[in-house]
Order: sequence, then structure tokens, then C-alpha cells
Amino acid sequence: MTEALSFGFIQHAIIAGILVSFATGIIGSLVVVNRMVFLAGGMAHASYGGIGLAVFFGLPIFLGASMFAVTAALLIAYLTIDNRNRIDTFIGLIWAVGMAIGVILIDLTPGYNVDLMSYLFGSILAVSIGDLYYMGILLTIIVIVVTFWYRDILAVSYDSQYAKLRGVNVKFFYSLILVLSALTVVIAIKVVGLILVIAMLTIPVYIAEKLSNSLYAMMALSGVIATIFTLSGLLFSYSYDLTSGASIIIVSAVSLGVFLLVSSWRRKL
Amino acid sequence: MSIVQIKNLSFAYEKDIVLEEITLDIEDRDFLAIIGPNGGGKSTLLKMLLGLLSPKQGSITVFGKPPSKSLSLIGYVPQNTNVNTDFPIKVIEVVLMGHVGSKKPLFGYGKDEIACAMGALTKVGMDDFSDRKIGDLSGGQRQRVMIARALCAHPKILLLDEPTSSIDIKGQREIYNLLNVLNQSITIIVVSHDISVILEFADKAAHINKRLSFHNISDKDKTFHTHHQDGHFCEVELLQMLGSNSCTDCHPKEEELS
Repeated sequence: MTEALSFGFIQHAIIAGILVSFATGIIGSLVVVNRMVFLAGGMAHASYGGIGLAVFFGLPIFLGASMFAVTAALLIAYLTIDNRNRIDTFIGLIWAVGMAIGVILIDLTPGYNVDLMSYLFGSILAVSIGDLYYMGILLTIIVIVVTFWYRDILAVSYDSQYAKLRGVNVKFFYSLILVLSALTVVIAIKVVGLILVIAMLTIPVYIAEKLSNSLYAMMALSGVIATIFTLSGLLFSYSYDLTSGASIIIVSAVSLGVFLLVSSWRRKL
Repeated sequence: MSIVQIKNLSFAYEKDIVLEEITLDIEDRDFLAIIGPNGGGKSTLLKMLLGLLSPKQGSITVFGKPPSKSLSLIGYVPQNTNVNTDFPIKVIEVVLMGHVGSKKPLFGYGKDEIACAMGALTKVGMDDFSDRKIGDLSGGQRQRVMIARALCAHPKILLLDEPTSSIDIKGQREIYNLLNVLNQSITIIVVSHDISVILEFADKAAHINKRLSFHNISDKDKTFHTHHQDGHFCEVELLQMLGSNSCTDCHPKEEELS
């Protein structure tokens, strides 16, 4: 194991794992308390359209996927901001149409045989230095936004109607949360893949929510728990030569099961 | 002095007329109950008081301004306080949401804000719970916290939407007793269909069923004695009585309305 740590790609994977875990911990908390889990799932799948776009036009993958996911996020925000009754329909639409656009754009790209699997299930062992910078910058932005606008984000998440009456710009913060979720989903795709993103956004957050009595604590704790899951999942996948993204999710799910068992056992005492 | 003036107000969603020719003055330190059947227009009137809807005809002013410009003077307690109970938030943080306009520190909460929020919690008797998670409280306790949140901004009017709909009987009385105390310094407006309790505490009643029937019920004996000797009211009868203008004792006097 120690010799593995000397490999550059393993070091990158560990750093990426930590950065993405904190980003998904913070944003996952917002996604869960705002009941936007399937929205995040929809954006993850839609961002495949952005991957297709990037491949077709020869752009960096992160850039294409981010642009596409942010566009999808703003579109969802625009369509659902006043009426969230039909939100599931729009999510389904964006979910499938985004993927379809991606598949067709890749079909149309001459001589390019993209490894679809690496986007579906992640490729944390293929993280470049550039990717790390991108993840680091995004995490910094997220931390700054959440720190300085904590009260407004808290008010909008807890009781948006009241926040509106108190003069908080609910539409702006709703859109901001969606855009940050879209950007986070894109970097999480690198780690666990677009199919598994939902689990990474929810499992650590669910555990943290039960253990926290403030949103701030929930975000921090989610980040720590996600980091533990990601790194132990990585170790697991390295030891048994398994797909890393899926290993991270299985480690998370098993831990969640243990957590639920222990907490129901403690409640009975 | 009237602090809320509603003149000839009408409102319709699409073609359905919900409110027709409502004229109502609310005075300083009134305890007004807005009652009436479901779908009668209570919620619509409430939304107008909060500036969330604008009248199609007529006018509504709060302290001489449109409601949306007077929001800092209105403390609002929303109807359903049992949603989002899993949300990881402490009681004190919920109350701190009530602050408006005041300058905010770069991050976190200012000492003066926390002191003010604690003061509001003390007023509603919930200061010992400030560090508890909101989801761990009972329905009645949570309602008190929501009242504290509204008080945090030092409102002149406290507006409550069905404040007791999800609380047990004992909790309901406690809430109304609290409102009675608060009424010594601020105006209270309660929207409710839970009429027998509210009429006991309110001094004015506005029955809304598309149109308004206004009743001054501050003198309970005079208002209700002609109808019942035993002092108990059947809610249906009471609603019918307040909804119609057949009762001469509580018939709105013309000069009161104009």
C-alpha cells in the first residue's frame, strides 16, 4: 500500500477524493434540505450532453459539462421557481434529453471512441493536475458563498416563503444553489460517475443530518464522512481490483446500513 | 387610529370572485379574528395584507403605505409549522431569521441580534429551549418559536395564519393566552376557522365569505347573550350568526365602517 502512495495518479486520486467529498458534503446538504435530490440526479445525467458537446467541439470535458449542467440548472430554475408542482416532469425531461444529446454528439464526432463507462461510473484514477485545480477552485467558491450568505441560504432552505417576506431574494438564492449543485455534480462525475452521483450527494449527508443540530455542522460533518467513505472505498477498490466509483458507493451504503442498525438499537435501549 | 385601512376591496382569481367590496379598518391594539368558511377568501385577504397579492379593485394600506412597503412592521406567523421538522436548525437560529433590514455582520450573527432573539424567546417562554433542535419540540412549542421569530423584528402588527391548527387543546389555550399578553402592546390579527376559542380572546371579528360581516365582540355578554343562556356555543350556529347580518346586536354600525 505504501508504494501505491508514491504513484502520481494515486496521489491525485486521494486529493481529488478529498476535494470532491467536501464539495459534495456541503452541496449535498443543501440539496437534501431543499429536497432537490432528484434534481441533482437529473443534472448529473443531463451533463452527459455537455460531455458530448465538449468531445464534438474539442473543448475540455469539465468546461463543456459544466456549461451544459449550469444551463440545465438555470433552465430548471426558470421553469420551476414559481411552481414546483411539475418539477418531476421537468427533471425527467432534462435527465433523458441531456443524455440523448450527449450520445448523438459523440456519434457525430468522427473517429472518436469515447469510453462511456468512465463517465457513467467515474475515473478517479485518471485525474489530471488541471482537474485538481478546477476542483480546488470550485470548492473554494462554494466555501466562500456558503460562509458569506449562510443566513440567506439557511432562511431560503428552511422556510422560503418567510424568507421572501423578510426581503431575501429567494429566486437568486434558489438559482445559486442549483448552479452550485450543477458544478459540484460535474466534478463528482469524475470520482463516482454520473449514475452514482446521487448516492454520493445523499448517503454522507443523511448520516450527518441525524448527528447535527445546525446546517453548518451538517455541511462540515458531511464533508468529513464523505472523505472517509471515498478514501476507504478507494483503498477497497485498489486492494481487490474493483471499479473505484462503485466501491465508494458500496462502502457508503454498508456504512449507512450499520449506522441505521446502531441508531435503532440505541433507541431501543 | 386605523393602522390598516381596506376600502372597497375586490379580488378575483381568473373569473371567480373571491372577495367583494370589503371595507375594514383595523385599529391599533385590536385583537381581530378573521373567520369564515374554507374557500371564503380568508387566505386571499391575508396574502393581500402581506403584499403577496394586489387588489383588483379598491385599496389596502398598512400604516398609510402599500402592504409590501410596510412588511418590516408586520410580524407574520405562517400556518404550518410542522413541515421540515428534520431540518438541522436550532431554535435560536429560527428566531434569528426574523431580523430584517438591520446591518448584518460579515458572517455569523451579531451580539445584539442574539440578545434580541433571546429577548423574543423569553417573551414567549421558550428561552430555555434556544439550543434545542427545532424538530425535537412539540407543535405548541414550535408555534411559540415562530411567534418569537415574528416578534424579533419588533412588529406593530402580529399576523397569524391558523396558529392552532396542529396543536392540542391545552397548547391552543396557552398560545391564545400568550397572544392576549402580547396584545397589550401590539395589534393581533388571527386568521382561523377554529372559532369558539378565538372568539373568546378576540375583541373584533371579521367574518369573510366573499363579503365581510364585521362584529365588535369586545363585550362578550352583550354580543352573545341574546342567542344562548348557557354560555356555550355550537360552532355552526355561531358561524351562521356571524356570517349573516340578522343579529341586530352585532350588526355593523355604518359609521364604524366608513
